[in-house]
Amino acid sequence: MADLTLNLHIWRQEGPGKPGKLVPYKAENVNPDMSFLEMIDVVNEDLILKGEDPIEFDSDCREGICGMCSLVINGVAHGPQHGTATCQLHMRHYRDGDTITIEPWRSSAFPIVKDLVVDRSSFDRIIQAGGFISISTGNAPDANALPVGKVDSDIAMDAAACIGCGACVAACPNASASLFTGAKITQFASLPQGAPERKMRVLRMVDQMDKEGFGNCSNHGECEAVCPKQISISTIALMKREYAKAALTAS
Amino acid sequence: MILDSRIPDGPIEQKWDNRKRDLKLVNPANKRKHNVIVVGTGLAGASAAASLGEMGYNVQSFCIQDSPRRAHSIAAQGGINAAKNYPNDGDSVWRLFYDTVKGGDYRSREANVHRLAQLSNNIIDQCVAQGVPFARDYGGLLANRSFGGAQVSRTFYARGQTGQQLLLGAYSALMRQVSAGKVDLHPRFEMHDLVMVDGQARGIVGRDLVTGEIQRYVGDAVILATGGYGAVFYLSTNAINSNVTAAWRCHKRGALFANPCYTQIHPTCIPVSGDHQSKLTLMSESLRNDGRVWVPKEKGDRRSPDQIPEDDRDYYLERRYPSFGNLVPRDVASRNAKQVCDEGRGVGSTGLSVYLDFSDAINRMGEDVIRERYGNLFEMYERITGENPYKVPMRIYPAVHYTMGGLWVDYDLMSNVPGLFVLGEANFSDHGANRLGASALMQGLCDGYFVAPYTIGDYIASQDLAPIDTSHEAFDQSEKDVTDTITKLLSIQGKKTVREYHRELGLLMWEYVGMARNETGLAKVLEEIPKLREDFWQNVSVPGRADQFNKNLEMAGRLADFFELGELMARDALDRAESCGGHFREESQTDEGEALRKDDEFSYTAAWEYNGAGQSATLHKEELSFENVKLTQRSYK
Repeated sequence: MADLTLNLHIWRQEGPGKPGKLVPYKAENVNPDMSFLEMIDVVNEDLILKGEDPIEFDSDCREGICGMCSLVINGVAHGPQHGTATCQLHMRHYRDGDTITIEPWRSSAFPIVKDLVVDRSSFDRIIQAGGFISISTGNAPDANALPVGKVDSDIAMDAAACIGCGACVAACPNASASLFTGAKITQFASLPQGAPERKMRVLRMVDQMDKEGFGNCSNHGECEAVCPKQISISTIALMKREYAKAALTAS
Repeated sequence: MILDSRIPDGPIEQKWDNRKRDLKLVNPANKRKHNVIVVGTGLAGASAAASLGEMGYNVQSFCIQDSPRRAHSIAAQGGINAAKNYPNDGDSVWRLFYDTVKGGDYRSREANVHRLAQLSNNIIDQCVAQGVPFARDYGGLLANRSFGGAQVSRTFYARGQTGQQLLLGAYSALMRQVSAGKVDLHPRFEMHDLVMVDGQARGIVGRDLVTGEIQRYVGDAVILATGGYGAVFYLSTNAINSNVTAAWRCHKRGALFANPCYTQIHPTCIPVSGDHQSKLTLMSESLRNDGRVWVPKEKGDRRSPDQIPEDDRDYYLERRYPSFGNLVPRDVASRNAKQVCDEGRGVGSTGLSVYLDFSDAINRMGEDVIRERYGNLFEMYERITGENPYKVPMRIYPAVHYTMGGLWVDYDLMSNVPGLFVLGEANFSDHGANRLGASALMQGLCDGYFVAPYTIGDYIASQDLAPIDTSHEAFDQSEKDVTDTITKLLSIQGKKTVREYHRELGLLMWEYVGMARNETGLAKVLEEIPKLREDFWQNVSVPGRADQFNKNLEMAGRLADFFELGELMARDALDRAESCGGHFREESQTDEGEALRKDDEFSYTAAWEYNGAGQSATLHKEELSFENVKLTQRSYK
């Protein structure tokens, strides 16, 4: 495949609360084997040599597991390839002359730091509210003392695969964090280890999600569609059931 | 300088108990009066910070990512070892200990490794209790697999995302302590200096990566859990932000750097596709359990793999190592891949890759079984290469993956700087010259959950710690040094980008300090690196300002340290005129081309002391003694 030339429109914003706008850039000599982020790396190299400020974006592992990368590409969180984080999207999916718009996650609970970089500490605070099992180091019984059926264990693992990237929020018309929160609640609700704190956990985490300014879930399903780990929207249904049960039976 | 490893007395099985018996305790009511600084939130850092918080200490936790959950431990795929012997295949603490010392090619400290094996079982218990969803069988009990050169099945795993699940376990424990008010989080913060007062590590100075503000933190002890330095090679399986800066700045303040030349080259990575490449992606070596490695027998055979009949294929690992076959340790597998490619038998457009073929396993067990075991890895491969590995053999090539060297620590995991503890990949302690698969996660969590929380208490209880705060003059000096370096980097305004320099350094390192090293090459690179470093300080272009989010400024500071580290790695590799584990000196090999150790001359840990910029470092040796394991030439035939 021949190299590509692309027309980029990239969100530039100096800092939090500052005005931002889409700025056009041309990306030339784009090798189809490049990843999307490598393509921006190359654009940045040119900008630096021209004495301009490079485009800031988050990325770390570049293998789809750390959850750091976070671009809305042509209106879709993480871009066009299903079940793929931005860092694993490759340029062979584009054609010469394509126009690509690149924006950050947009949600009031994810304030913009600079350009395409956002602050997702609200996710950490949702986990702090109850996304853990209270077991201090050294208290654990033998690992095989408590068998867990394979089906339950697999459900827990499917939910635990969440990388906390926030694409679900970026894609949701309500900017809801329900898929993120539901995934963690589903993981622990499926395991016997999670049982003692089950009610308290869902009440606190959902409460924190509201406090952070995330919207409610109204079943659009956009979150599931963009999730790079293909977390099922059924985790949200489970979270709602868990919440209802806990709210009704809480003393 | 005398390196006192402080190994406890007694038979090896009792050393850790003996040490714990002698450890001084901090009164529970006093723990809240002590601040501990923990830099890094990977497996070692998050588990240490959480455990210390649970014990009652005040903890300040720092990481460079936007959340502690993103530390690079998250990318570990394959699994974590433990001596549970659940499969009833004859495993034991002793066997795990023995395998780890042997796998490390007899260049690790016996006592540390034995403690690691002893504590391995506690880690699994702890993680399961945290809700880590390890793989289980239909009876509901934990599943195990054999991994990377082990002849027992002792590896626990969570699909191909074991590191992620273990890290999220440690992260959740850390978040629990944040909500309990015992841990303060400082994400997007980079440590730039260690602050020493009266010869003790008493704080750090670093940069808030969002505002650019230089900040000071004081503590009674500093824990460094900042990972390895593989990114010195530019292309590696490390994350983009992985760096040596925190450890290197401690080195400059007096902490010895041990065995820097011990680098692990991982055999199963996706091959390089071009100059634009920013990182290499590892495919878990668990793939070697079912995949068969081969190249064409004839060099220059350009037929597609399905057109090459069995008789024309060379399953070279199975041929050369009949008893271990495709499961030989990482260093052996990597060197063999390099060798067949050097012979001109490599495959793919660059000729720098070998096949990893699953067709036999798929025929034997069906595609569904393979999908269940490796589904996510196969998907990842297809996403990156555009090829479907269920139909076409994978292509793999070795890549820098892990660094066994690191800051020197004693048995308590304390460096030679009092109060500076170093955990996980950042220290040198347990893997000798080569790390076995599924042992990095074990070591990180062992250090963080079960070793450092005890030994730090002993340090704090036995020290006279002056009551100081961040207005101490040592902080002033440190902040000035940090600010000066940043100002200088921004003022050069040269013609080359940080990335260009990093790529050039990486090529030098890969060529001369990579999979095979020799005296001529090392001498040459010891001239080349300083030249490139000087050019960097004259001609680098760092855009933007200091008082804003500035990724290139971060990268420039890290690269400045990589230049100095790279030179030390070459010096260490030159000094060690033997082959051992991941360090292969071409001058020292057996008749069969295998690594040849020279135990009489090199049975030591090389710990280097910093002597100032541009000065050669001083070598200190910690002699290794083996009382429990008999030294043999490693053989996987």
